[in-house]
Amino acid sequence: MKEILSGNEAIARGAYEAGVKVACAYPGTPSTEILENTIRYREIDSSWATNEKVALEVGIGASFVGARSLVTMKHVGVNVAADPLFTLSYTGVNGGLVLVCADDPELHSSQNEQDSRNYAKFAKVPMLEPADSQECLEFTKLAYEISEKYDTPVLLRTTTRISHSKSVVNMGERTGAVRDAKIEKNAAKFVMLPGNARVRHVAVEERTVQLSKDGCGMPINRVEMRDGKIGVITAGIAYQHVREALPEASVLKLGMVHPLPFDLIGDFAAKVEKLYVVEELDPFIEEQVKAIGIPVIGKEIISICGELTPGRVRKAFGLPENAQSAVEKLPGRPPNMCPGCPHRGVFYTLNQLKAYVSGDIGCYTLGFMPPLSAMDTCVCMGASIGMATGAVKVLPPEERKKVVAVIGDSTFLHTGINGLMDMVYNKGAATVIILDNRITAMTGRQENPGSGHTLMNDPANAVDFELLCKAIGVKNVRTINPLDLDECRTVISEEMERPETSVIITDKPCVLIKREGIFKAGAPLQVVDESCTGCRACLKIGCPAIEWVPASGKKGKAHIDPLLCNGCDVCSQLCKFSAIQEAK
Amino acid sequence: MSDKVTNIVLVGVGGQGILLAAEILSETFMLAGFDVKKSEIHGMSQRGGSVVSHVRYGKEVFSPMVPEGEGDILFGFELMESYRYLSLLKPGGTVVVNDLCIAPPSVLVGQEQYPADMALKIQELCPDCLLVDGQNLAIQAGNARAANTVLLGAVSKRLDIEEKYWIEAIEKMVPKKALAVNLKAFEMGRGLK
Repeated sequence: MKEILSGNEAIARGAYEAGVKVACAYPGTPSTEILENTIRYREIDSSWATNEKVALEVGIGASFVGARSLVTMKHVGVNVAADPLFTLSYTGVNGGLVLVCADDPELHSSQNEQDSRNYAKFAKVPMLEPADSQECLEFTKLAYEISEKYDTPVLLRTTTRISHSKSVVNMGERTGAVRDAKIEKNAAKFVMLPGNARVRHVAVEERTVQLSKDGCGMPINRVEMRDGKIGVITAGIAYQHVREALPEASVLKLGMVHPLPFDLIGDFAAKVEKLYVVEELDPFIEEQVKAIGIPVIGKEIISICGELTPGRVRKAFGLPENAQSAVEKLPGRPPNMCPGCPHRGVFYTLNQLKAYVSGDIGCYTLGFMPPLSAMDTCVCMGASIGMATGAVKVLPPEERKKVVAVIGDSTFLHTGINGLMDMVYNKGAATVIILDNRITAMTGRQENPGSGHTLMNDPANAVDFELLCKAIGVKNVRTINPLDLDECRTVISEEMERPETSVIITDKPCVLIKREGIFKAGAPLQVVDESCTGCRACLKIGCPAIEWVPASGKKGKAHIDPLLCNGCDVCSQLCKFSAIQEAK
Repeated sequence: MSDKVTNIVLVGVGGQGILLAAEILSETFMLAGFDVKKSEIHGMSQRGGSVVSHVRYGKEVFSPMVPEGEGDILFGFELMESYRYLSLLKPGGTVVVNDLCIAPPSVLVGQEQYPADMALKIQELCPDCLLVDGQNLAIQAGNARAANTVLLGAVSKRLDIEEKYWIEAIEKMVPKKALAVNLKAFEMGRGLK
């Protein structure tokens, strides 16, 4: 059967066809849709974990008792999961285990541009890299075969342009090789005490050598001989751009990017006059080819930063660029918090209170943008609370009061809770605001342990944040309505004054939650023209529903788009002239 | 079938139905027997940001991204975003654009102005430009949200693909309850000169 699938959909399909029984992940762009698609197959138990480390541990548990498991995450998630990954490399698997890591060259929605191929080399595990959706499906299935044959977890690396591109895929069936789970104890293999681990390390090194040799005969590493003048070693999406820009070039297309098939590379190098490596981000292949003594051109002509495009490849090879229309500079169009977003009132208040806001990763990171301009740091998931602890350790007492950490519900449960335990235990005197909007909003509204539903849409326990904070020792826990500016100002300023840890929890849901009865929009508001003095106070919250309408010769006025307004009422609290009222 | 790959760039603002339109285009081309690739950036763009999707079809398609300056059609859902991405279009390329301005944040708060005469500037650079009153036509078809399907109809007239494949794709991709309106919106778009 032929369908157009995204890379993510094709990986989900591949996992299904490979007989996967357990799939686990923490959402992260561009990897998120893999698990949102494995739920189409009821044979797979799919779940969101609280973070990537836990997701991998769930996968490992299923593998050790014999079932095939799939774990997915974005590139920065691999940093969180790195601890179990490196030792999993030593234990190997029982049922096949595939870890998908989705990189984001060009940082379309990420905080850094790391190249996960380095993890394959660092953790000493094989990595496959598909170049379109068909390969996403096939490589996923092959990864399970390799995993079991070589007793190793297998990394499957995608990039944004693979994850979120669609192409035509021929689908197969779920195979007969579905493995049943069963307890088989084997402490020498699965208990990594030093004595056992030393033995396993030898096996790991032998495995890499063997895979490199066997890789030379794998059909996924293939030589396409065309013109002999130029030879290009490439993989993943870069292969497609090379075929587009250099249709006559001979190509060694690598499907397995670690370990590299060195003999095959040597043979290919001998057949072409000039050898290039075209790869996104790091000179991962290039450095290893150079290290075996084969001269090759790579990062001299292709940037180490950003993603490739057909045009960038053309330029690198000195080919004429296509004519392009020159357009004048335009206002940017960055993403914005939605109309009615419960974060807006909190960030407005933090700006007013001149807080030093230790930020985190989620929709609320957009609170750094003007006019809210109320976020001063953003490093990684769960970091805001720990960083606030560090800041108050060194600031003078008056400055200390300004330190406020903000963190979302899902991010708090991801790794923020560890930071909070540390802050309480080590007597960090900062204010923490948990922006609980009942959903993992930024990645597209995934359920989490605070939302009360599982990925497979079953009702589940919802974490009680107030009780949880008290249980780990926070004495001062207050819940506020983030849409009430007076309440925000009173409570946040009181807690900022307090010389010990305090937690404020907001209690309004994300406006995009689709589940019935959670988000209820208020009546749309309108600006009463006669009362509007043009003072612009309502513009300070940066709501997409409020527009400034300039008027020539006299003061302009604000206008609210009734179709966009969700009736949160934050803007009317800013209007001293009662010019914002319920629309009639 | 010739080796020529046809390149379509869809641009607009998050929430306008661009991704669904790109899905319908891709489905249509696959049903008509072509190799198809589609690429897009979403995630942050869901929240009112700029959205760009590339759709390419032909006998064999390699890169999922339309090479710079090789776009055959720019399919725009909003004027300023359409102007912004004209560099992807080839000289003499076709533009089908919704006659609609959506103000970005800096314009909403009065810091910058929405650039004047966007439609004229697009037409100056690309004389083969069809300006579509998508919103009003969609309301006439029965739902303001069907503007993307009106535009799709207008784009479909500029491609050499039998109508039955378009209809089949729309029937497959559009939710049942919205199908009648969308089919009407599509026909209205196809009727535009």
